[in-house]
Amino acid sequence: MALAIRAEGLGKRFRVGPSVPYGSLRESLTAAFTSPGRLFARAARGGSTRDDRIWALFDLSFEVSHGEVVGLVGRNGSGKSTLLKILSRITEPTAGWAEVHGRIGSLLEVGTGFHPELTGRENVFVNGAILGMRRAEIVRRFDEIVAFAEVQRFIDTPVKHYSSGMQMRLAFAVAAHLEPEILLVDEVLAVGDVAFQRKCLGKMDDVSRKGRTVLFVSHQMNQIRRLCGRTIWLEGGRVVRIGPTAEVASAYEASFMDTAMAAEQVGHSPGAAFLTWTLGDGAGPCHALDTFGRVTARFTLRVDRAIHGGRHGIALYDAEGRVMWGSQIDDVHLEPGLHEVVYHIDSLPLKPGPYRWHVSIFGPDRFINNLDCVPEMSVITTPLGHRRDEYAGLLNLPHTVLIRRAAATNPGADDRPAAAEPAAPAAALQ
Amino acid sequence: MSTELTGALPVYRLRPSRRWVSLGLGELWDYRELLYFLVWREIKVRYKQTALGVAWAVIQPVFTMIVFSLIFGRLAHLPSDGAPYPVFTFAALLPWQLFSYALTESSNSVVTNQRVITKVYFPRLILPLASVCVGLADFLISFAVLMAMMAYFGIRPTEAAWTLPLWVLLTVLTALSVGLWLSALNVRYRDIKYAVPFLTNIWMYATPVAYSLSIIPPAWRRLYALNPMVGVVQAFRWALLGQSRSPGSAVAISAAAVLVLLMSGLVYFRRTEQTFADVV
Repeated sequence: MALAIRAEGLGKRFRVGPSVPYGSLRESLTAAFTSPGRLFARAARGGSTRDDRIWALFDLSFEVSHGEVVGLVGRNGSGKSTLLKILSRITEPTAGWAEVHGRIGSLLEVGTGFHPELTGRENVFVNGAILGMRRAEIVRRFDEIVAFAEVQRFIDTPVKHYSSGMQMRLAFAVAAHLEPEILLVDEVLAVGDVAFQRKCLGKMDDVSRKGRTVLFVSHQMNQIRRLCGRTIWLEGGRVVRIGPTAEVASAYEASFMDTAMAAEQVGHSPGAAFLTWTLGDGAGPCHALDTFGRVTARFTLRVDRAIHGGRHGIALYDAEGRVMWGSQIDDVHLEPGLHEVVYHIDSLPLKPGPYRWHVSIFGPDRFINNLDCVPEMSVITTPLGHRRDEYAGLLNLPHTVLIRRAAATNPGADDRPAAAEPAAPAAALQ
Repeated sequence: MSTELTGALPVYRLRPSRRWVSLGLGELWDYRELLYFLVWREIKVRYKQTALGVAWAVIQPVFTMIVFSLIFGRLAHLPSDGAPYPVFTFAALLPWQLFSYALTESSNSVVTNQRVITKVYFPRLILPLASVCVGLADFLISFAVLMAMMAYFGIRPTEAAWTLPLWVLLTVLTALSVGLWLSALNVRYRDIKYAVPFLTNIWMYATPVAYSLSIIPPAWRRLYALNPMVGVVQAFRWALLGQSRSPGSAVAISAAAVLVLLMSGLVYFRRTEQTFADVV
């Protein structure tokens, strides 16, 4: 595959701190008069000292092939936006270099350059030109853009009379019809009401499936999993991990889990201990779940002192610490030695992501041992739910949908007065 | 940052800029449509938002001319080298207004568009360039007013009038050369915004708009012509009113001054534009 983007040791340093945001003119004038030759060099460097600077991005190297869709995840301030800005040439790297093969279009914000006094039509042209579209291209796609934004009737009205939703729709429509070889997308683009959001995300699906190279920033892990083959995880301006989305996304989500829980190892008594866990037949360690079918989970338990009339509990938590499932068996009798606790589960249709098993063992009168199983279980099945996390729910259910006319069994149809029937379809059309 | 063609796809190399950068004028040509749309947007907005619209392009120079005629023509009796004073001063106000509008707008152009600059890439040179071009619309309108005035006073344009486009170009380049410096400096030092109205004010008195070059002692004229607008105003009066001999030496000195300002302005702008998005 031909290379689309290549970055080597890319870094960006910013100045921070409470110092004067715009350098003092007096200072610079003094400097200019005492050593005039430095004026050019100083101005280009940014005119500040070294100590008040931080690396917003540090030593970043990666490659993206043509047609690849790559996700970019990380907490706020991790350097995602800085990376997109460097690649789209808005700002310059301080260190390293990058090579971009092809025209880059960046959707970092919609509606840049919209002027309230101009009509929708006029703004489409100006905004399109700002985003890098040719006039002929805009003319060719104009009707499509307007139809997508659903503002046909108001296209010759100044946008100051538009609702904010309409403005955003029009702005997104222009941006969405940009057709560069490489597209940089920030998820904030999904704007407007739920119906329009679905349309935006659908458009992004289309774009990424048309063989375009896309670099996609999102906090919607479901979407990253759905669209991106590989994912880059940034933290504090540095790469934490680059690799297949299933792995990186789970590791990223698990990083939230580590801080959220795992604080519960209290009051262990000697006598028994859970040691390890694995999925599958036990032939080798396996912690990734890639099936909707039968699952086997095995937990090793070392028993030092015989337990009579004890209890065993199990629970499965998601990344946010919610219990997905829990169970307990009573009246457990165990002799000393190594044991295996084996669970056969017919189906575990959970939404992709990291989960953590929690197992415990109790004596008749006291708590003996528990284990927050590491590593976490990564569910890496294909996402089958809604594109947006908040609508996708907790489960990932294999399903089929069939919508068909229920003419024969429509209950109420016979009750309606015959005269009203012809009017109903007409009303529905309006 | 450089562009090259391998096969069909352009390749962009992104790396920290070295000491000297190319002026990137070829890339500017690629973005000519954006320039067109930005100019078009400004002109449209300018005439849409104001109640009097196009009339402002007439009112401003005409009223300034009336005030100058009363104060400098009637009261101070400044010489106007043979032409009626109103026409004499209007012929200079024409390029002056173009210059001061273009200078003011281009100085603020980068800062005004900071939202766009931090979100989208295009050659930043487009911004001051567009501001300067917008001024030409007003210029054409007030030029029509001057033609009407000359007809009223019975003055025929001289044969040298065909050189006018050249002098308009010189005016625009003068404004652009200073505008490049100021717009780039404005990103870092917002003082510029307050200094520009003050600067244009002083500059006008340093330019023979209200008075004639003939009141300047000959010994000082060479030095005086280092102000590029001196050459511009002289050229306008020469081309339109046929006053005195050709302004050759003044124009040559002024043009040379513009060239120096323009080249240094271009280099400074290109050197600093890399950091616009970080600083603005």
